[in-house]
Amino acid sequence: MSLLDHLAILPVVLPLVVGIVLIVLRNAPRALQRGVAVAATLALLPLALALIQATGDGTHLVYKLGNWEAPYGIVLVADRLAAWMLLTTALLAVFALLYALTAPVPQPSPQTGEGANAGPTPTYDRDGRHFHVLFQLQLFGLNGAFLTGDLFNLFVFFEILLLASYGLMLHGGGRQRVKAGLHYVVINLVGSTLFLFAVGTLYGVTGTLNMADLAVKLAATPPHNAALVQSAALLLFGVFALKAALLPLTLWLPAAYAQTSAPVAALFAIMTKVGAYSILRVYSLIAGEAAGPLTGLLDAWLVPLALATLALGMAGAMASTSLRQQTAWLVVASIGTLLVAFGLGSADALAAGLYYLPHSTFATAALFLLADSIARGRGEFADRFESGPAMPRARLVGGLFFAVAVAVAGLPPLSGFLGKFMLLQAALESPWMPWVWPVVLATGLLGVVALARSGSLLFYRTHTAHAELPAPANAALAPVVGLLALIVGLVLAAGPLSDFTAATAAQLTAPQHYIDAVLGGAR
Amino acid sequence: MEALIALVIGVLTAGGVFLALRGQTFPVVLGLTLLSYAVNLFLFIMGRLAIGVPPVISESAAGYTDPLPQALVLTAIVISFGMTAFVIVLALKARAELGNDHVDGVQLGEDRQA
Repeated sequence: MSLLDHLAILPVVLPLVVGIVLIVLRNAPRALQRGVAVAATLALLPLALALIQATGDGTHLVYKLGNWEAPYGIVLVADRLAAWMLLTTALLAVFALLYALTAPVPQPSPQTGEGANAGPTPTYDRDGRHFHVLFQLQLFGLNGAFLTGDLFNLFVFFEILLLASYGLMLHGGGRQRVKAGLHYVVINLVGSTLFLFAVGTLYGVTGTLNMADLAVKLAATPPHNAALVQSAALLLFGVFALKAALLPLTLWLPAAYAQTSAPVAALFAIMTKVGAYSILRVYSLIAGEAAGPLTGLLDAWLVPLALATLALGMAGAMASTSLRQQTAWLVVASIGTLLVAFGLGSADALAAGLYYLPHSTFATAALFLLADSIARGRGEFADRFESGPAMPRARLVGGLFFAVAVAVAGLPPLSGFLGKFMLLQAALESPWMPWVWPVVLATGLLGVVALARSGSLLFYRTHTAHAELPAPANAALAPVVGLLALIVGLVLAAGPLSDFTAATAAQLTAPQHYIDAVLGGAR
Repeated sequence: MEALIALVIGVLTAGGVFLALRGQTFPVVLGLTLLSYAVNLFLFIMGRLAIGVPPVISESAAGYTDPLPQALVLTAIVISFGMTAFVIVLALKARAELGNDHVDGVQLGEDRQA
């Protein structure tokens, strides 16, 4: 056995081991803790690239834990989709961590109450205990959720990433954050309970939880159990929709994302995508063409709900009173766009969605990070949409805001435009076309208007500052520039990347290969 | 037996949903706990009800019960136990930070008596 045989499990094990090591190192010098955390996060990049390389020819890397044959043992499955999600997560995590290490925490204002004054410039990872541990465990949960081939394991990894996210979200404390965090935790606990009900029902009917085996067994469901598996599958969809913040289960997101600290909000940009990923993964397997009573289960639901989510997200962005809140609503809108693509279900639409996924993740994360710098530069006005003092280095920050806003709104020349263009093109063949085109185009316009309004309020309608305002540090702006560079990279490499997403979509629309790869040994 | 178990799960779930929708954090935590009891029981009986049969191979066994739901429910119990502990601590912190135990941190007259 070479190390390469274990490639599929390394992105899961590495953050777990490092997270535990960091607990042990909690009293070690801070530089050591930071070094270990950064090295571990950076190491995920070559692992993800190696997985892209290994799965690029269409193979499914099936890793049998303990060498138990599927469906009796638990499997991890790496295919193009999993590798793509891992790479997106790893890139995002690097920049979120960089920001947490370098950017100073805003000084406590009267509303937020307590704050840490540990040193001259406290950074986010010093604003409370165990930031790096939670960060690594969050990555552990995310990577595990993307790689697992077992429905119950998906639940376990969901719980891990949620528990880490509870800790991260509340990191630093503060009144508003605790209040938003309480709602976030409670709604996700209810979601977890529903997940278990759905999993239990599926197990009770089919006697398996391996996703590939489940696909086979569900396709052969006897008619008297059809209603039971349909309700379980829809319950599961409800859970994933909650994680993805699909309407009508959206409203927890804006408060939670707007109140947490900037690097955590940036990392959370991938969290809603976990829900979208799960919908894509599970329903491409169990509700495909030959899925018996589940065929086309979501057809009637996903596209209308996603379009409504997109519309609501943009309406929320229009109505927001602060930049962080607006960004949170833009996350909702981006998940709407993504799920429209996944809901259309054709190979072209899936390819468009998968190309749009890293773009929207990086763009919203960049906006969260930039909003934090802007809030610090405006003193007591923070990121509220009020005419405030002119911030120091407004040209640089404003220029970055312009670039990020272009990316988020999906205007050319950045990759959001390409993603939406591919989506609209794919929608041409769909019966949903008369709905998709107007909603996507109109919300695109709303997004431009909302961001233009924020930009002009924050940067043009200013008056002279009375007090000395802190200038945004280069270190705090560097991760934003880095994320923008990734978005530019998505445009420059659009050809090969869209080929890859098209191949991924082709793989997803032919789930039989996945099933054969996992169950190959058992037949 | 099936009817009794189904009734127990139903009552637990209904009580859990009702309490989880209350305005104070303490009933909400209790509601989440009841919901997790309900789902644990539900998972457990998904291996079908069987009395006096072993889950692991034995020579004298006449039949077997499904061992997998027992393993699943063990995992689910551990997770829900940890989550309940976390949410209690969070509720206490919210009580300290917000000054009252309402989930929204506001004080509403009629809700106080619940």
